[in-house]
Amino acid sequence: MMIRTVDLYKSFGEKKVLQGVNLEVDKGETLVIIGQSGSGKSILIKHLIGLMTPDKGEIYVDDVEITGLREEDRYNIRRKFAMLFQGAALFDSLTVLQNVRFGLDRYTDYTQEKKTELARQALHRVGLRGIESLMPYELSGGMKKRVGLARAIAYEPQIILYDEPSTGIDPIRADAINDLIIQMKNDLKVTSIVITHDMVSTYKIADRIAMLYQGRIIATGSPEKIRNTDNPIIQQFITGAAEGPIVNW
Amino acid sequence: MQTWNSKLSKHKMRFRQGQTFFFFLLQQIGEVGILLGQTISRTFSKPWEWKNFINQLEEVGVRSLPVVSLTAAFGGLVFGLQTYVGFHRYIGPGSEAYGGPIISLGLSKELIPILVGLMISGRVGSSMAAEIGTMRITEQVDALVSLGADPVRYLVVPRTLACMVMLPCLTLYGDIIGMMGGYFYNVFAMGVNRYIYIRNTLLYMEFWDVGSGLVKAAVFGGIIATIGCWQGLKTEAGAAGVGRATTRAVVISSILVLIFNFFLSKALPADL
Repeated sequence: MMIRTVDLYKSFGEKKVLQGVNLEVDKGETLVIIGQSGSGKSILIKHLIGLMTPDKGEIYVDDVEITGLREEDRYNIRRKFAMLFQGAALFDSLTVLQNVRFGLDRYTDYTQEKKTELARQALHRVGLRGIESLMPYELSGGMKKRVGLARAIAYEPQIILYDEPSTGIDPIRADAINDLIIQMKNDLKVTSIVITHDMVSTYKIADRIAMLYQGRIIATGSPEKIRNTDNPIIQQFITGAAEGPIVNW
Repeated sequence: MQTWNSKLSKHKMRFRQGQTFFFFLLQQIGEVGILLGQTISRTFSKPWEWKNFINQLEEVGVRSLPVVSLTAAFGGLVFGLQTYVGFHRYIGPGSEAYGGPIISLGLSKELIPILVGLMISGRVGSSMAAEIGTMRITEQVDALVSLGADPVRYLVVPRTLACMVMLPCLTLYGDIIGMMGGYFYNVFAMGVNRYIYIRNTLLYMEFWDVGSGLVKAAVFGGIIATIGCWQGLKTEAGAAGVGRATTRAVVISSILVLIFNFFLSKALPADL
């Protein structure tokens, strides 16, 4: 088991976001977490990479419990992860190449030339050439996402977390991103956790699907199993019906 | 009876509000204290973000030269004007040339460090809060952490050190411009005796008069950067949040500059 969470709780004031999340992710698999907007999906994956600390519960990465680790030890755990943020989160003050090199500069001891070469390779892998010296504000939304993905894969992480990779881009670009996620899995053998509400993407990329509802994982299973479930909450979500048991939107 | 009860409940409410404000204030001081502690510990441990530090030196120092030049020049001119009027009115015509050391002392010990502090608070403190705040709400700060960088080491330490280095430099530069302004008004505009003005200034001015102003400026630099970065890092709630953080950074750091100026003036010796 690559990642495991045990009874994860997180609240912000009165708002209870995670209420006992139990999740397991196998090495090399792609798990897609679905759920309503504001259901705590992003909060959940931010816990996995150590950007947030739970109020209660445990998180295991390669059988190491990470919630109580010191900052130096967390650094070594984070080295295994990469994250593609919802808005790409490229650094405004750095060029595309400097953005992609950022993780290499901090996580590897390669020479400057090697780092630059690896950054260029990562950009080529996501289909971007000749934009190394551009600033993030000069890129379109789709290009930003791809640069964000290049930055994530440049230092060859073992686990990639994708926060709504297809949100805010057109369907063709979204499908290209899906292909890239599959390509990363096949080429680099990475473990992937993807957050999305896009069911077309979900069925295309998922090995397993988990649904987060009211702070808990209410079901996990293969795309086929989720598609054919009798659970009315899941059925309402995957069919996108306005009528059903989910009312608090 | 009812009036008495309503008075009591009003007092209780005020007490609770006072209590809440007191806890809020303590929490804010605690947050700044923690950030300051982290900044100090990261300053003295590797790795150092040299490139960011150099960029911030340029941002804080070089790019502030025009605003400091204007502020110091007009500060010096107006201080020269009022000193001239004071000497002319209370001591008598011909005594104005003795105002030279007072102008230089007042400028270097008080006026220029405060003016530079307030100007940099408005120009640099606000920009730090806005930049880091925008990074916060666009998840760039989270991206820094996920890519192995410590936000305090990467963002806060270079800004704090750059402010602590560049504010004394800007103040020294402002002292020169301000003293030239005072000299210009008295000697060229009002025809004060140049020889007596310069002689008295050199005779009564001490190195520590300028030095104490520079010490104050370094403290102001630390305050401005810490408050700007603190407000930036705690930004929430989108563009409106960035606006609020920026305003708060300027207001809080300006007030602290004025408060600390008084206590530093009391604490620093008059001469060495």
